Amino acid sequence: MNWFVATFGSSIGKKLLMAVTGLCFIGFLTGHLAGNLTIYAGGDAFNSYAEHLHALEPFLTVVEIALLSLAIIHIVTGLWLFWQNLKARPNRYAVNKWAGGRTIGSATMPYTGVLILAFVIFHLLNFSFVDKTNTTIWQIVSTAFANPLYVLLYIAAIVVVAFHVRHGLWSLFQTLGANHPKYMPFIFKASIVVSLIFGIGFGLLPLYVSLFA
Amino acid sequence: MTKNINLTLKVWRQKNSSAAGNFERLEAKDISTDMSFLEMLDIINEKLTLEGKEPIAFDHDCREGICGQCGSVINGRPHGPEKGTTLCQLHMRHFADGDELVIEPFRARAFKVVKDLAVDRSPLDQLIQAGGYISANTGAAPDANALPISKETAEMAFDAAACIGCGACIAACPNASAMLFIGAKVSHLNLLPQGKSEADKRTLGMVRKMDTLGFGNCTNERECEAECPKEISITNIARLNRGFIKASLFSSEK
Ligand code: SF4
Ligand code: FES
Repeated sequence: MNWFVATFGSSIGKKLLMAVTGLCFIGFLTGHLAGNLTIYAGGDAFNSYAEHLHALEPFLTVVEIALLSLAIIHIVTGLWLFWQNLKARPNRYAVNKWAGGRTIGSATMPYTGVLILAFVIFHLLNFSFVDKTNTTIWQIVSTAFANPLYVLLYIAAIVVVAFHVRHGLWSLFQTLGANHPKYMPFIFKASIVVSLIFGIGFGLLPLYVSLFA
Repeated sequence: MTKNINLTLKVWRQKNSSAAGNFERLEAKDISTDMSFLEMLDIINEKLTLEGKEPIAFDHDCREGICGQCGSVINGRPHGPEKGTTLCQLHMRHFADGDELVIEPFRARAFKVVKDLAVDRSPLDQLIQAGGYISANTGAAPDANALPISKETAEMAFDAAACIGCGACIAACPNASAMLFIGAKVSHLNLLPQGKSEADKRTLGMVRKMDTLGFGNCTNERECEAECPKEISITNIARLNRGFIKASLFSSEK
């Protein structure tokens, strides 16, 4: 047990936990986006996608528990790292300047992370933990996005997710030790592309629902 | 083309490590653009001494960019605004007449300010010690090329060995992490046959020491690589991460 604590309690160990759990969330987001695209095929297609998904029980519950555990690891470790990093420089500089390494995404990781957590809770309360006895998921979604405030809020949240992914994706490869001049430029660009796909893919959905549903 | 410029300096003054510091405004008049940054500070110090005031304490030694002693943060940039340049090799021609320069010491919990701009970077020595020894035979120098090392490996080790231990990577890191420094040391020693036998022990030793010394955690901000006067690449940090995974999960090292 001792080597285990020494490994995952160390700075690199904690980052490895962030990297692996983060990669799982990128996988999850990809699946989630693929599923949501059925919205473009109309309310019935979306409802039937939701039905098929729920037909996968009890497998779905296992996935949900796994996602919850991953989220707890990612959040607790992330906050711990953030706290330690704040302590590592008690006296701040009077002048701060970026030399070209930092990006908006990298500089805001802990903040975008906390915002995403708040959004995920809100999102689950909206669409997941609701009474669905006399209604369909499509009805819930289209009623919600009839409210422009919801549309704006969701788009803003997706932009935050995109920035988090833009730094997180390439960064997790670096943490896992996969950085080589041969392929790092590709991974770096791929992170931007993936964050754009998530940003546009998820971001347009609320707009589409509010305008055409 | 030599010319003379006037600058306004805001220099961090701090009596000792426990005193509270503050910025002092100083005028640097008639500074030749041929001077190095440290020569400019020398001129200021001469003037302060003649006026019976306390000169600015700052670290320096070789003044030719090889010892790693110098280093302050100029307008938010460790070693100043020039890429791949130590503060002693930074020339005043990179500044314009009338510029205001804010000069601060390297700041990190692990680096205590000794006085003014002079900081105690002995935690870097402790990191080196935690890296342990290498195994080399004593006696006559071995024949050249008796130990085959590929050119690629030699180059990678040499690039890492260019680290002069100045600590600018830590000063530049938003998290005050020492990953570039130990990444460079681990790469330099673990890549070569002389250091390979102790590679796992060295990697774990240095990472654990870094954690206990109060350095922060790397979040891949890449500011270290951008500010390092020897342009050490973060591929060395990736190598350290690989080495850590191997040492922790695939070796008997505890
Ligand atoms: S890695 Fe670069 S910045 Fe860091 S101590 Fe070595 S030479 Fe200085
Ligand atoms: S004084 Fe030696 S590197 Fe600057």
